[in-house]
Amino acid sequence: MLVWSRSGRAFVWALFALVFAPLVLAPLAILGIAAFAGDWNSVLPASWTSENIREATAGTNYDSLVVSIETALGASLIAIVVGTWAAIAARTAPRFVRRLTDAVFHLPVAVPSVVVGLGMLVAFSDGPILLNGTKWIVIAAHAVLVVTFAYSTVSAGLDRTDAAFADVAASLGASAARVLLRVRLPMLLPSITAAASLAIALSMGEVGATIMVYPAEWRTLPVSVFTLTDRGKVLLGSAVTVVLLVATLIVLLLVGLLKGRVEERKRRR
Amino acid sequence: MTGAAETSGANKQAASDPGPDRTPDHPAGLDAHLVVTRGAFRLDVHLTAAPGEVVALLGPNGAGKSTALRALAGLTPLGAGHTRLAGVDLEDPRQRLYTPPERRPVGVVFQDYLLFPHLSALENVAFGLRCQGVARRDARSLAAHWLDRVDLAEHAGVKPGRLSGGQAQRVALARALATHPRLLLLDEPLAALDARTRVAVRATLRRHLADFDGVAVVITHDPLDAMVLADRLTVIEAGHAVQTGTPAEVARHPRTDYVARLVGLNLYRGTISAGGVDLAAGRRLVVAELPDADEVFVAFPPAAVTLYRTRPDGSPRNLWQVEVDGMELHGDTVRVELTGPVPLLADVTPLAVAELELAPGKPVWAAVKATEARAYPA
Repeated sequence: MLVWSRSGRAFVWALFALVFAPLVLAPLAILGIAAFAGDWNSVLPASWTSENIREATAGTNYDSLVVSIETALGASLIAIVVGTWAAIAARTAPRFVRRLTDAVFHLPVAVPSVVVGLGMLVAFSDGPILLNGTKWIVIAAHAVLVVTFAYSTVSAGLDRTDAAFADVAASLGASAARVLLRVRLPMLLPSITAAASLAIALSMGEVGATIMVYPAEWRTLPVSVFTLTDRGKVLLGSAVTVVLLVATLIVLLLVGLLKGRVEERKRRR
Repeated sequence: MTGAAETSGANKQAASDPGPDRTPDHPAGLDAHLVVTRGAFRLDVHLTAAPGEVVALLGPNGAGKSTALRALAGLTPLGAGHTRLAGVDLEDPRQRLYTPPERRPVGVVFQDYLLFPHLSALENVAFGLRCQGVARRDARSLAAHWLDRVDLAEHAGVKPGRLSGGQAQRVALARALATHPRLLLLDEPLAALDARTRVAVRATLRRHLADFDGVAVVITHDPLDAMVLADRLTVIEAGHAVQTGTPAEVARHPRTDYVARLVGLNLYRGTISAGGVDLAAGRRLVVAELPDADEVFVAFPPAAVTLYRTRPDGSPRNLWQVEVDGMELHGDTVRVELTGPVPLLADVTPLAVAELELAPGKPVWAAVKATEARAYPA
């Protein structure tokens, strides 16, 4: 804390609450209320119902939930593999190549996601690679959008680990493959799981590029929220959003659990 | 690398300069001529050693010690020269021969030890064995045996983060030795330890090095580490070997100011004339026993210097008026740095400091007995 006096600290906390409450907490609270509102014409809803939540977890909305999770897992897996590979390879590449790789892998966040979506649509609507109309164009678009975070998180992890460990492994007779699998990747595991969590969270919420490319049978949950509210079904839209939030949270918790299990197994071995 | 008086068989081999095409002195040992150029810096050092011998590379920071280590391990390719170990040519740029680190029978104990943080002590030691294709079970039992040898059996399952500095060093040593290397390299093996554990760890390390049947090369900037651990020293400065010999020899007959300062001796170079030694700028040192040579080094310990407030009676033959430049407490003596016609280091008692009223800038008379100074051929 940079502010030391008691009154000064109280003032800072009050200011933080004043900004945080209306900007972050209020919209979330309203969403929670709206998800369970039967009908809402005055300050508070006139009646309560669980009908919206039931509808948000059934039928097409349930299909969308599964689509969202599959897309997030698939896109994140691709992004982690490509991003980690690029980050490790760029480390030993000449300075110029490294700079170029840095720039290329930061491009997807530098340009608006709509541009990424449109680009994918134009690029893959015709041969030689025809992805338009399949789920793969959505997964590919998400992978492109989250690969930046995978790349930069793993790069930061590499900055923190000592490159000399590769020398140590080599001096002990480890082949390049063994150095990668037994030393570099295990030491990067915390960065890789952090990158995976971030990529999944971002993919679960992505709408800008998805809306440009999604085929009718591969509609993600955020797109459903968008179309529902667009048609005036705000309360159902809120319920779907709550489902999206909970689903994202559960997936991230599972990733965290998996990471714990891997570390536990390594400790026991 | 023309050494001074040779006192051991090992030193004879070091003193002779192995030409590039000569057969190595030790078919089973190390014969290396390391040449690495990096920008303006050039390392050019010959190293030979018999199996079982411990050689220390002693030098100031930036002298090229670490470059030499990396070159021996294959982590930095040679620009010229060669590396032969245990009768096998490992590297020779002229024949485009280069053996990568993972295929050299070389073990390294790195500075700060660099134990794999994600592996237990046992897994760290087993790592090299697994690389050699030893089955997991056998690797683990061999690793356990090595941990037992360094008295760390009960720490097998511990992650490196929870080991003390001395324990980490022993795990690193066990890890390097477990692969049965023919050359063991130790990079500043004691630098990461605090002064108290250092003494004990140094003694333990010496015992383990004595048990090792391959060639051991210790890199250090600490003369005490070098003297205690090594059978032979090679002092390098600015990428070149300036002196090679047994610790006793190097300590008694330093050949550069750096070595003299390391072992705490006053060192001068001059020419013999009329029962004394002519130094630069017309100064003379009278020495009791002179060797049969023209150019000589003269060395004497700081304790051989006596200080007087006024010009002493009886006039010792080596007497100069000098000025106090600085003082430093060493144990229970005070080392006084003196400037003047002959720069000197003098050791005096704190009582003498008080009686002589020594302080920076104070002029005093300094005398050196002719019997305390040793002269040896340059």
